[in-house]
Amino acid sequence: MPDFVAPTLDLHALAPEFVLAGVVCVLLLLDVVLLDRAKAIVGSIAGLGLLGSLVPILTLATSDHPTRTMFGGSYVVDSTSLLLKALFIVSAYVVVLLSTNYIGEGDYWESEYYTLLVSSVLGMTVMASARDLISIFVALELLSIPAYMLAAWSKRDGRSNEAGMKYYLMGVFASAILLYGMSLLYGWSGSTQLSEIGRAIGEKNSPAVTLGVVFVLVGFAFKVSAVPFHMWAPDTYEGAPTPVTAFLAVASKAAGFVALIQVIGQALVLRMNVMIPVVAVLAALSMTIGNLIALRQTNVIRMLAYSGIAQAGFMLAPFVASQYGGIDAIVIYLVLYAATNLGAFAVVMAIARRTRSAEISSFGGLFSYSPGLAVALSVFLASFVGIPPLGIWYGKLSVMRALIESQGRWATVLAIFVALNTAIAAYYYLNVAKTMWFDDAPEGESTPIKVPTSLRFAVGIALVATIALGVYPGPLTDAATPEATPAAAPSGR
Amino acid sequence: MSPNAYVLLGAVLFGIGAAGLLIRRSPLVMFMCIELMLNAVNVTFVAFSKMLNDVGGQVVVFFVLVVAAAEVVVGLGIIVAVMRRRSGISADDLSLMKG
Repeated sequence: MPDFVAPTLDLHALAPEFVLAGVVCVLLLLDVVLLDRAKAIVGSIAGLGLLGSLVPILTLATSDHPTRTMFGGSYVVDSTSLLLKALFIVSAYVVVLLSTNYIGEGDYWESEYYTLLVSSVLGMTVMASARDLISIFVALELLSIPAYMLAAWSKRDGRSNEAGMKYYLMGVFASAILLYGMSLLYGWSGSTQLSEIGRAIGEKNSPAVTLGVVFVLVGFAFKVSAVPFHMWAPDTYEGAPTPVTAFLAVASKAAGFVALIQVIGQALVLRMNVMIPVVAVLAALSMTIGNLIALRQTNVIRMLAYSGIAQAGFMLAPFVASQYGGIDAIVIYLVLYAATNLGAFAVVMAIARRTRSAEISSFGGLFSYSPGLAVALSVFLASFVGIPPLGIWYGKLSVMRALIESQGRWATVLAIFVALNTAIAAYYYLNVAKTMWFDDAPEGESTPIKVPTSLRFAVGIALVATIALGVYPGPLTDAATPEATPAAAPSGR
Repeated sequence: MSPNAYVLLGAVLFGIGAAGLLIRRSPLVMFMCIELMLNAVNVTFVAFSKMLNDVGGQVVVFFVLVVAAAEVVVGLGIIVAVMRRRSGISADDLSLMKG
């Protein structure tokens, strides 16, 4: 038995996580010490703490050796994981901006809200670096368990209770399936590390490995709300407090994709024969069914939920082309989708503050009395459709390029699905835009909607990100491509 | 019993838990079924750990136990919040939102 050797800790590489853990502790302590007086400052402290954790990410990204490996390869910090961590933290910052008025004005517990939000983000940043079954599982639960509570945050609202309950039961069910798949993979490979598992299951094939791979994929499919494991998503999104919905739809879904990227990229590369059909069917079903149900929604939040399911299909598709830049395409799509979706939620929240409803009909004539919001929402909707040069067009382009370059049978079929579904989706996104621009305003709606500063700021960040990354996606492509050097030309790939 | 039998036991327990979750309608019983599934995973991990003579699988069990405990707390909290509003509720009654 060899003596125990303490693993070397690279504190610089772990600094973002430490900062977030510190923020969680500070928020908890403030609530205990200051009691009700803490309410006024917890939101700002959570926001500042999140921005503070971006500092070590920047220093890591600009340091001499951007790739750092710890714990025998179980924890890796590289340029892609830094990009994803930054994505999670910035999304959470925007969610904090969305929350300040909403949570402050409603009947909510504030300190705990921000504590749970930041601990969920901590789980996501760990997920971006995890390369081991144990750390992936712990990260997944650390990001999910606070989210279950946040979904049910409005305790006296039956719909919020229902949202939390459905999300919880489905989420834990998915975790159990995922864990069982993990136990099978462990049993056939003898290791919990993804790269070791990848090597072992590439050599030995057995029905148990196939079953393990399918179970793991199904477990994550729940997390990213892919059809047919999407049942929880629309109800949870509608019932949960709207800032929480934005958080679930953007950050939590992105974390599920990040986990899939690690598992597929590291462990399942040699089991493509099992992985590709499962993922291709999930992707095709998600796009088509998500879009078809979105067509007949009358509530914007539910429409965004189903459109999120369809967009998850677009993001699942490139996994079948993962050797041809498919993974980079997913990372790029995730960032652009986050910017656009957060912006859309911010505008919908700003409008719902006045109209108290998220029905599409209540958006009628918005342009006549609140042109700024109407223009902003139109930009986000156009980005969803994929109109250049707005955000998601570049994500769609990357996805299509990966699918077509791989020339596989499944990839070609999926490329056709992506094209058809982009056309279907255009109808319901642009229908909302049409309502805002051309329909008549409801009775008595003539004064502009007052938008609180924090919401304005959130819309601004999302607008800048959507437009800037769509017009000039070079830096994003560089960061998403693992081998890219800073000197590489943006148009190089 | 050989470790193989325990892997089989784990599979059976997991199946019972999954079937129970899909069939039973009381949130509390559904919740117990999920716990059964998680414990089936633990049995499987320990059995594989014994077969492979590798301690890694047993380490996983500790993590699963702790996480399951945290999930119990949150789950019971949510169930209590729902039951306070409407007692004796079944999962089918949670249908304020549809479509």
